[in-house]
Amino acid sequence: MGAEVVYNWCSGEAMALSREEVEHIALLARVGMTEEDLETFGGQLSHILEQFNVLNEVDTEDVPPTSHTVDLSSVFREDESRPSLSQEDTLSNAPRRDDDYFRVKPVLG
Amino acid sequence: MSISQPLHDLTIHDASDLLTRREITSVELTEAVLERIKNVDERVKAFVTVTGEGAMAEARVSDERRGEGAVGPLDGVPMMLKDNLCTRGIRTTCSSKMLESFVPPYDAHVAERLRESGAVMVGKGNLDEFAMGSSTENSAYFATRNPWDLGRVPGGSSGGATAAVSAGEAMYSLGSDTGGSIRQPASFCGVVGLKPTYGAVSRYGLVAFGSSLDQIGPVTKDVTDSALVMNAIAGHDARDSTSVPFEPPDYTKALVPDIKGMRIGVPKDYFVEGMGQDVSDVLERAIGKLEELGAEVDRDVSLPHTKYALAVYYIIAPSEASANLARYDGVKYGYSAQEAGSMWEAMEKTRQHGFGPEVKRRIMLGTYALSSGYYDAYYLKAQKVRTLIRREFEEAFERFDAVVAPTCPTPAFELGAKMDDPVQMYLSDICTIPANIAGIPAMSVPAGFSFGLPVGMQIMSKAFGESTLLRVAYAYEQSMGWRHLRAPV
Repeated sequence: MGAEVVYNWCSGEAMALSREEVEHIALLARVGMTEEDLETFGGQLSHILEQFNVLNEVDTEDVPPTSHTVDLSSVFREDESRPSLSQEDTLSNAPRRDDDYFRVKPVLG
Repeated sequence: MSISQPLHDLTIHDASDLLTRREITSVELTEAVLERIKNVDERVKAFVTVTGEGAMAEARVSDERRGEGAVGPLDGVPMMLKDNLCTRGIRTTCSSKMLESFVPPYDAHVAERLRESGAVMVGKGNLDEFAMGSSTENSAYFATRNPWDLGRVPGGSSGGATAAVSAGEAMYSLGSDTGGSIRQPASFCGVVGLKPTYGAVSRYGLVAFGSSLDQIGPVTKDVTDSALVMNAIAGHDARDSTSVPFEPPDYTKALVPDIKGMRIGVPKDYFVEGMGQDVSDVLERAIGKLEELGAEVDRDVSLPHTKYALAVYYIIAPSEASANLARYDGVKYGYSAQEAGSMWEAMEKTRQHGFGPEVKRRIMLGTYALSSGYYDAYYLKAQKVRTLIRREFEEAFERFDAVVAPTCPTPAFELGAKMDDPVQMYLSDICTIPANIAGIPAMSVPAGFSFGLPVGMQIMSKAFGESTLLRVAYAYEQSMGWRHLRAPV
């Protein structure tokens, strides 16, 4: 077996997320977390974020961003009606269904 | 071609020859593959779902069709789809608890194309949950094993798709590749894996992960089969707005064993510090072979932005993932936490219990990178460096027809070896990520062994240069004997 890869893609600067920040990200992402999760993810995310500091070395002045590698933009089609999924197919995987509706939990209160 | 080997060991083109000559039927071939699955999948664990009855029905229909006239090369040949490709009426789980009971009401474009080609689907392949991982250990159900050594991982995230082909449980499969998820496991399992140019194969019906990076591609036993499958799946589809309108060539025309005068670059930057000597030795011999075959090889190539690709990827892919996976809210389909009170509570619980740790990690990472105050520092910065990586490749392909590098710095590692350290796991993709960042096609072909474990050579070319990849890969493959070897499982 080959040696463990030790390729260095980090500059090693400390970038620790506070507990409050981890909680805030979890809230934005709507992912429930236990106390233990907050601890574990906080440490792991901080470690991963450290690796990103390497990008600070790169001069990106006047470099345009790439969001997509194909040169297509504003792909339109004719506005014609076509067959689509039936209502039954669309509702077929609904966890909670009420006749022809998706049933949701109360939004208010 | 005669029936001198077990039917499950056949390539697509060998099986197709036998079917055409009426020496076998699709029903016999499919029975042999299903029997193989029965015999080895308890150990390999490549399948999330085996569709035995459906496969036999498709095989009977194929035999009837053949009786009525000439059919294409994929007709009646058993295959598997990675379980993040939607199949109408057949559970598509993404190896996640979130989609454990999800039955798509429609087919992915590639599933449609293969059905039209007469394919026989034997099942759906295990993956790292939502294709996030490099070992298939992140599956919410079970880890897939490497058919060359059951104590090791098959790679990932298309580990089920590559292990199945390697173990003879399918003649070919389709995987998806966001940062190496076809090529790295193809390298680990000793099979051929091709990631097409971004936009060459429609992503319609591929469960989205990193939408600017994801591509679907073939996993096959040899290069000829790779061209045959590309012929069936490449081309424009209006249902994917990033699908490029182009007329795909006949990829089998690229299968000529001649690379005399082709210009091939070997970038030093891919021979990373700490890469196993065994892997670099295998690569050196393979590159020597390309020279022997008449290619003009330049070993002194530098692509200095390569070292930033991993950081760029682990900002862009999780950012896109955090947006794509916002759809799992427990309302429209998928797992739904029942006990919770309000809508927000229900959504948080659904995502807490429906997603596994790696998926949560990436959603969190992406959410952070896109959040107010950090967008410029992470996401925008990564997109700008992405431009520099693209430009560097564009310049390289003005001088070279193809670039050759390792697929992965190591052969397959042991199960559990990297599960506690996400950063070590991410490093496994270091040689495959640049092609996704740049949107260029890349493939991995078996190039030899390190202590009994397969090692892959990666070939990259400019956008829509799949024929160049296939030509280099074919010439190399025909000069070596690897394509006749099968995993010992």
